[in-house]
Amino acid sequence: MTTTATTDTGMAHDEHEHHGPATGFKRWLFTTNHKDIGSMYLWFAFIMFLTGGSMAMVIRAELFQPGLQLIDPDFFNQMTTVHGLIMVFGAVMPAFTGLANWMIPMMIGAPDMALPRLNNWSFWILPFAFSILLMSFFLGGAPNFGWTFYAPLSTTYSNGSTAFFVFAVHIMGISSIMGAINVIVTIMNMRAPGMTYMKMPLFVWTFFITAYLLIAVMPILAGVVTMLLTDTYFGTSFFNAAGGGDPVLFQHIFWFFGHPEVYIMILPAFGIVSTTIPTFSRKKLFGYSSMVYATSSIAFLSFIVWAHHMFTTGMPLVGELFFMYCTMLIAVPTGVKVFNWMATMWRGSISFEVPMMFSIAFVILFTIGGFSGLMLAMAPVDFQYHDTYFVVAHFHYVLVTGSIFSIFAAAYYWLPKWTGFMFNETLAKTHFWCSLISVNLLFFPMHFLGLAGMPRRIPDYALQFADFNMWVSIGGFAFGLSQLIFLAVVIKCIRGGEPAPAKPWDGAEGLEWTVPSPAPYHTFATPPKID
Amino acid sequence: MQESANRKTKVLIRNLMIAVIAMFGFGFALVPLYDVFCDITGLNGKTDTEAAQVSDVGGIDTDRNIKVQFISHITPGMPWEFRPEVAEVVVHPGETKLVKFYAKNVTSVNMMGQTVPSVAPGEAASYFKKIECFCFEQQSLAGQEDVWMPLRFYIDPEIPDNVKTLTLSYTLYDITAKIES
Repeated sequence: MTTTATTDTGMAHDEHEHHGPATGFKRWLFTTNHKDIGSMYLWFAFIMFLTGGSMAMVIRAELFQPGLQLIDPDFFNQMTTVHGLIMVFGAVMPAFTGLANWMIPMMIGAPDMALPRLNNWSFWILPFAFSILLMSFFLGGAPNFGWTFYAPLSTTYSNGSTAFFVFAVHIMGISSIMGAINVIVTIMNMRAPGMTYMKMPLFVWTFFITAYLLIAVMPILAGVVTMLLTDTYFGTSFFNAAGGGDPVLFQHIFWFFGHPEVYIMILPAFGIVSTTIPTFSRKKLFGYSSMVYATSSIAFLSFIVWAHHMFTTGMPLVGELFFMYCTMLIAVPTGVKVFNWMATMWRGSISFEVPMMFSIAFVILFTIGGFSGLMLAMAPVDFQYHDTYFVVAHFHYVLVTGSIFSIFAAAYYWLPKWTGFMFNETLAKTHFWCSLISVNLLFFPMHFLGLAGMPRRIPDYALQFADFNMWVSIGGFAFGLSQLIFLAVVIKCIRGGEPAPAKPWDGAEGLEWTVPSPAPYHTFATPPKID
Repeated sequence: MQESANRKTKVLIRNLMIAVIAMFGFGFALVPLYDVFCDITGLNGKTDTEAAQVSDVGGIDTDRNIKVQFISHITPGMPWEFRPEVAEVVVHPGETKLVKFYAKNVTSVNMMGQTVPSVAPGEAASYFKKIECFCFEQQSLAGQEDVWMPLRFYIDPEIPDNVKTLTLSYTLYDITAKIES
């Protein structure tokens, strides 16, 4: 896309004097600026990433050797549960919302998000949600029923943490829904003149579709945790067979939310690598419109595959076949995307800056996760893989080397724009290689463990799994520590470094590169014109 | 221009809020929808909650034998004894059979119990017809009282050929507190 608008630097400076940020803590508490809120989301997500990561370390420390050494099984269950909840709702989702806040207005030539006050509120309720969740550790034990909180584990057999869990999830849900409304209104009403839907950057498109998914399924999550709450404390019987309910119903409602939720965590990642790969291949994205349609089809299909999480619940054969074929169908639009990325790189003039390294790693490793997903989609073999480490390997490949690697790619890609400085390339490359090697050491052997029958969510295991588990744990500690390098890169980059030009990547396209680095506090007060 | 943009935003926000509320409602609507769906398909192994008429469908199919296994569960905290008289019986489709289940209240106080049946495989559930079943009513047992409870059933001869064995599981719940309150 070409833009005739140049930076309205003078304008921005004017604005700066009149409505500059307040100072001190109040700037962050009362801010309605999309860039401030975006930064807060990103920092919050990173803190949660380290918190959830420490819990993963506790899990891996216990699993370093067979037998029970460090923690008791109940605490182990609390660790797996809260690790999952924090990583899903506290790390990946807020990180994506942060990126959306920072980049969407700049990419579509809007001065800010459409609903700035709502934006402030949707961020600031998040710390409360996670305080409630983490507080439960000190008030009789945190949730220990798995992040999927299956009834009756979370109702009849709850350790008393259900109420904390439910209220925390309600607040997270409200935050996500408000964020999604904001994204949709911004994209539909605030695009610069001339930016038609099919001219929007793919990053914007994927967030747009993700926002619709959020609006559709977060209320279902709110509904199912409400049923859980009334079942546990107010004597209803939604999931209690004694009162005419059915625990399998819980799984249906939960996964009706849960499956679109996993696409909420991966579609924005598709948008990110569809931005970075063309930049560093110095070519236009191959098949832009097919990318848009592929993303929409994945979003649609995500609503009719939920029961593939429940193949072993005694579904009739017809049901298993339906969900199996629909699930395998998702491989088609996903394949379109992977081939488009490869075609974009094909005969491109590729350079390997750090965002590109993370993006290429994303494409390869996410595809591995996609293939293990295809294996799990086959109902007959799923009976063997169900609830084993194979599943753990699968969803960590798509979420860690998928979503989180894409978030790293995005962070490195836009760090110069956010801070005004180039990051330390050597340190960033160290972060990449340490992460890449350790993450594979961490998750690849889990495939073998799962195929050999090691069940997930159990603090002890049979002796024959000992060697692999030791390597997995070593990989886990290495991956966790590698993330401190990322923290160092970001802090160094904020403090200074080589000043970044407005467009630090020569193949980059898009409106965000037409404003100076660091991006002024207010951008596009007058909309740019797009041909 | 600004006016109309504001109005557009308001309409959009209103529609999105309606969508959110509708989806919240849809989550709850899934509960009755699931029941209806299971009723039609027998998906979750729930059997009819009303007594069937005496077998009159197509007589007895003596060529086929179906093994019916009985399982009894007691929910945690329910202090009763509860077991079937026999572990399994072999029946012809269409043949009526009587099986008894034993229950004993081993405490010294009056209690109420309720059993909930479930059939596996789920597809067989709608062919399992109960003419008389203790699960249709609640059991009231005084302290130390015991009872043999009858189950009279037949299997609909229309049952698919691939079903050779079916398992009938009863779970016994303590409903004393619910009845009293």
